[in-house]
Amino acid sequence: MNVHEPEHRYHTLVVTVENKSGVLARVASLFARRAFNIESLAVAPTDDENLSRITVVVDLDSAPLDQIVKQLDKLVNVVEIRELAPGHAVERELMLVTVTAEPDRRDEIVEHLDRAGGKVLSLGTDRMMLSLVGPPRRIDEFEDLLRPYGIIEIQRTGRVALASLDDALD
Amino acid sequence: MATEQMDGGRALIRALEAEGVDVMFGLPGGAILPVYDPIIDSSIRHVLVRHEQGAGHMAEGYAHATGRPGVAMVTSGPAATNIVTPLCDAYLDSVPMVVVTGQVPYAAIGTDAFQECDTTGITQSITKHNFLVTEAQDIPRIIKEAFYIATTGRPGPVLVDIPKDIVDPTNPRSAMTWTDDVEMDLPGYHPQTEVDVDLIAAAADLIRTAERPVLYVGGGILKARAADALRALAELTGIGVVTTLMARGAFPDSHELCLGMPGMHGNYTAVTAMQESDLLVALGARFDDRVTGKLDGFAPEAKIIHVDIDPAELGKVRRPDVAIQGDVRLAIEALYAELSGNGIGDTDRSAWRSRISGWQERYPLAYEPWVPGEALKPQYVIERLRDATPDDTIVTSGVGQHQMWASQYWTFDHPYTWINSGGLGTMGFSIPAAIGAKVAFPERSVWAIDGDGCFQMTAQELVTATVENVPIKVALLNNSYLGMVRQWQEMFYDERYSEVFLSPDVPDYKMWAESMGCVGMRVDDPDEVDVAIAKANEIDDRPVVIDFRVAAAEKVYPMVPSGASNSELVVPGFQEGQPR
Repeated sequence: MNVHEPEHRYHTLVVTVENKSGVLARVASLFARRAFNIESLAVAPTDDENLSRITVVVDLDSAPLDQIVKQLDKLVNVVEIRELAPGHAVERELMLVTVTAEPDRRDEIVEHLDRAGGKVLSLGTDRMMLSLVGPPRRIDEFEDLLRPYGIIEIQRTGRVALASLDDALD
Repeated sequence: MATEQMDGGRALIRALEAEGVDVMFGLPGGAILPVYDPIIDSSIRHVLVRHEQGAGHMAEGYAHATGRPGVAMVTSGPAATNIVTPLCDAYLDSVPMVVVTGQVPYAAIGTDAFQECDTTGITQSITKHNFLVTEAQDIPRIIKEAFYIATTGRPGPVLVDIPKDIVDPTNPRSAMTWTDDVEMDLPGYHPQTEVDVDLIAAAADLIRTAERPVLYVGGGILKARAADALRALAELTGIGVVTTLMARGAFPDSHELCLGMPGMHGNYTAVTAMQESDLLVALGARFDDRVTGKLDGFAPEAKIIHVDIDPAELGKVRRPDVAIQGDVRLAIEALYAELSGNGIGDTDRSAWRSRISGWQERYPLAYEPWVPGEALKPQYVIERLRDATPDDTIVTSGVGQHQMWASQYWTFDHPYTWINSGGLGTMGFSIPAAIGAKVAFPERSVWAIDGDGCFQMTAQELVTATVENVPIKVALLNNSYLGMVRQWQEMFYDERYSEVFLSPDVPDYKMWAESMGCVGMRVDDPDEVDVAIAKANEIDDRPVVIDFRVAAAEKVYPMVPSGASNSELVVPGFQEGQPR
């Protein structure tokens, strides 16, 4: 598999870092300093309280993957980097969205939502708040679908990822 | 196991002593004040600078000369920002250095307290690593980690920022228990030095069959203490060596296999041999833009063997055919063993050697001779200084024309005798760096070759040199211009000189030097040069400054114009028109 093919422009890195103050800033500052582009970034603690996990989607148009990984690895607080190549990772993202929904259009929106596997979180007189968890591309598609109704507010988490199981058994 | 109750300030000094620190360069102030009290009772010599930038460059000079980490200590806020330049300089030139900065008390961080600045934030991208210490108990461990990180793998500067409350004995937060066997906790730092033997074999195969090989040697050779190993490899294989600006002295200039310095102001043979090469063996070098010129025109036919301790350098600029990550001395020794054991091959390189000697004959480093009535030639001053000083003289320089002439016209036959600012190009580097080197080697002759622009940036450290009894010597090549900028304006901006004229007489350098406790001299004519140098060499109880009034129009040649390929090297007028 060639990661440089256009459809593989975005590549997910799972970076395990020491859970210390300022570490996220070091990672962000490295990306800025080396002119590497970040497509999305999510940070959370792990089951080990000394470690955090940063899931970062990098844009390989801005720099070769090899350089990004090696420069990241030079950060003293970076403990491990796993590359999750597209197609070899289970990726999920959460979207919360408030959309304009006059009573006569609600059924239509809910139909889209059911098909995508999302949930209605809250209902207002002229709006609905929805949530959807899914692979980033499905979230993109659903966002496009909602746009004509009028998106009032939207928040996406950025993706998190784990290696797919058949890969992990390699 | 011995334990002892003490405060964080004493623990900090004790931790520095435990690292073998014999000297540090610094200047006290509010936040670092409690740490300066235990210095009085310490075995560590403290050199009191006049500006914190000086402390940083002195620590660098010390580190360059000795290979041991340089140490600087300054207070918070403006002192920390003043040492940012040396940190960045050390980062770009991979100089092992530990800088301790004071910080406002931990509880005051973030309140815009007096002399507060976000030191670790500011220095994040120009240090190999930095620490903000929050507990007194952590001080010994973090100091140990700082020295370990600064000196292992690819060396570099490490900053340790210490809030005042954890070192102030009157504050309960400074109480800690000293133990002798503190353990480091660096789960993400594992520098790899061992080299892959299969890759060594692959590299050896390329070397055996190369018709036009060149050993392209960078500053990493010096960091890895690999000069002897390099010489053995060069002599075994008979391959010529170019030494970059950061590697001058790593291979003897007088050696028959030395081709000189490559790059923008490299000599013709070094630049052209690399350009025409079919195999570049890059050893601790990083394909800097000043070496490669226009990248897509650089050494177009060369295969690349690249050895570096820093994996991120491999493939960063030029994709290597064989990439060897590891300690460059171990790599060279392994290559030597492989080539001496299994043969160096029988490729006929006589045609290549004769091309090289042709270039050496037609295009030596040269300048137009002085004619009566003209101002002194700066190159001549360097040649005379070179010939009148001991072989192991340490030469430091600032940045600009004088730096290039020093690197070209000095003969560096020993490692660690040339100290300059390569990557960052920091004007004002030479005087404090010379002081650092002289503190490390008081018995050696240490000359700073400086320009008048550079001199005015850090000259106040000559006060430090006088007061601390560090008798360095300064050869000031005074052309009353920011000479390198002037050269670019002459060559590339139609001789439109914008803001480059300084003044030959203001300041009066001789008087200025004397006011700082130095011996000051002024030299205008060639026949005064030797006399002044001889007089300077006899003085060993105070610094000396010689103001050499040199020709302003003199330019550094050869030169690869910015953005041009190395094949477009410009030679001085009198060498033009010869076969290339």
